[in-house]
Amino acid sequence: MSILINNTTRVIVQGITGREGSFHAERMFEMGTQIVAGVSPGKGGSWVLGEKVPVFDTMQGAMEVTEADASILFVPARQSTDALFEAADSGVNLVVCITEGVPLLDISKVCKYMESKNVRLIGPNCSGIFNPGGVNLGVAPADCAIPGNIGVISRSGTLSFYVMNEMKKIGLGVSTCLGIGGDLIQGTSFTEALELFDMDPYTERVLMIGEIGGLEEERAAKYAAYKMSKPVSAFLVGSSAPTGRKMGHSGAFIEGGIGTVQAKVEALEVSGVRVTTHIDCIGEILKG
Amino acid sequence: MKLLEYQSKKLFRQYGIPVPTGQVTSIARDAKHISEEIGLPVVVKAQVLVEGRGAAGGIRLVRTPEEAEVQAAEILSLRIHGLPVRKVQIDEAISIEKEYFIVITFDRSKKQPLLMMYDSGTIYIETAANALFDHLERVYIDPLIGLQRYQIRQLAYRLDFPNKFLRSLGEICFGMWRLFSDLDARMVAINPLAITNDQRLLALDGKITLDSNADFRHTSQLDFLDDPLLNAAEIEAHKHGLEYIKLPGNISCMVNGAGLTMATLDMIADEGGSPANFLDLGSGVNNESVNAAMKILLTDPDTKVVIINIFGGIIRCGDVAAGVQRAMQNYNPQIPILIHFDGSDAETGYAMLRESRVMLMSSLSEAIKRAVEIASGNV
Repeated sequence: MSILINNTTRVIVQGITGREGSFHAERMFEMGTQIVAGVSPGKGGSWVLGEKVPVFDTMQGAMEVTEADASILFVPARQSTDALFEAADSGVNLVVCITEGVPLLDISKVCKYMESKNVRLIGPNCSGIFNPGGVNLGVAPADCAIPGNIGVISRSGTLSFYVMNEMKKIGLGVSTCLGIGGDLIQGTSFTEALELFDMDPYTERVLMIGEIGGLEEERAAKYAAYKMSKPVSAFLVGSSAPTGRKMGHSGAFIEGGIGTVQAKVEALEVSGVRVTTHIDCIGEILKG
Repeated sequence: MKLLEYQSKKLFRQYGIPVPTGQVTSIARDAKHISEEIGLPVVVKAQVLVEGRGAAGGIRLVRTPEEAEVQAAEILSLRIHGLPVRKVQIDEAISIEKEYFIVITFDRSKKQPLLMMYDSGTIYIETAANALFDHLERVYIDPLIGLQRYQIRQLAYRLDFPNKFLRSLGEICFGMWRLFSDLDARMVAINPLAITNDQRLLALDGKITLDSNADFRHTSQLDFLDDPLLNAAEIEAHKHGLEYIKLPGNISCMVNGAGLTMATLDMIADEGGSPANFLDLGSGVNNESVNAAMKILLTDPDTKVVIINIFGGIIRCGDVAAGVQRAMQNYNPQIPILIHFDGSDAETGYAMLRESRVMLMSSLSEAIKRAVEIASGNV
């Protein structure tokens, strides 16, 4: 079982007729995710996923018929802010934004707005929520992990798939992988994600996959030390990254000495979190 | 993208933030008449994106027009921390009575902008912008309602800011907030904001960093701003949807996903090697973009070996393999190319390249060890 979603979660896919949206909607559908509708302005009235799922022009139209619980966005960056507000107003209580490149100020506004409406945002620029062997509200390949009891939180999608695949090779399974996204502002942070995993009966320990930039890993370290009942491990990347350059993700940069892997390793170790910067050592920090 | 001082000051003027009388130029000869127009003495300031340009000789006080030309010429011939100086800003020289530092930036943990102010000493803006400095006075800005006047009063009273400048401070803070939100900045800072001996409130230097996610909203305004940090290959990469950063080493890399790219670079460094670049193929991979990526790596004169690390799932190893095949035909590279595929369709990718002159590696750590050996000449 998973945090935040399960096989009864009713999902709307925003941007379902686009290239990314249709590709991933199909994969999620195959895994057993209950996709009850798609939204694509101008495409309302059509059917997708083997003529099984209706497409609506608006979230409101889709919600009137389906009363869904969650939405997932594959909307291009230019339209994504509008789509996020539309989702916030629709009545779903969980929104996953896969889209990369949403302006920061927009995300800041969306976070504030969703907070006031009690809607949880995951992302943007994230891989979504993945429950191996169960349900998938995101872009993780179904075969990259096996079911298990380790909760994974990652700023980077592909890296988390790679890591889970390495874990699979040594027989370590995953309860849920939560992609929180690589942007400067995240709807759900490491600390909030730790809180969710701490309450989850299917998770016994948590692996954070962090990277350079910001102080969120450091904040999460404090949470892990003082509030968590479950053990936390961390894998951090970017120890060889130069200062002042943005390493692909909009949140991944070192500035004024803030955001280095070294500082994160120190903060995490002080808090009793087992840390590694070597991909080959992940198995070690997850055992014992 | 980070703006240079003269670009920031131009925007400050547009947003009603007072700056010293000044002008920018790339020609030393012009410094003479510019300094005469402004009125001497003036300061000649190197336009380069580094901290501590003053200590590196990039800021000079001059008293005569002739001296302005000589000093401008000298500064324009400098490289400061490796970066060439292409322009100088010439400003009236200011006598300072008191200095402040003001910044608007995002607080990651609060997920919203904040306005911070500090009333003495020099400070690295970027450090403060990460909100580590608990002693900086701050107010959080609700992005849905914007900065409010009472918040500026709060800050001012906490810092005992002189009453007679309170109104101007308000205009400056509002100007900063409008600039921040209109242009989608990640940071707008004035360092320092000075009360001058002749009782003016002026922004003597400014730093603006823009949010590249919002570039699509600002194409026309930003035309005049060439990003001085990008080199030609980096610009070419952007056209193909690639995230590429040139680094000082000799092992070129092509990876998918920003995180996996960083992890690969770390492994190279751990093994004693030195990466020549960061290159994330992104999620829209095709034949074309892989070919373009290969071209960039193969034409980099520093490249001694190329390592390709792909995790199939969102993108297909097969698509990458097809692009590699095409690049092998197009560029007939003489440098060794090592490939590691993993994930959903790794086998397909390997099968496609079995006949090509590339080294297929089943283990990433082996591939990296080998690349480091080749790059250091110990084959």
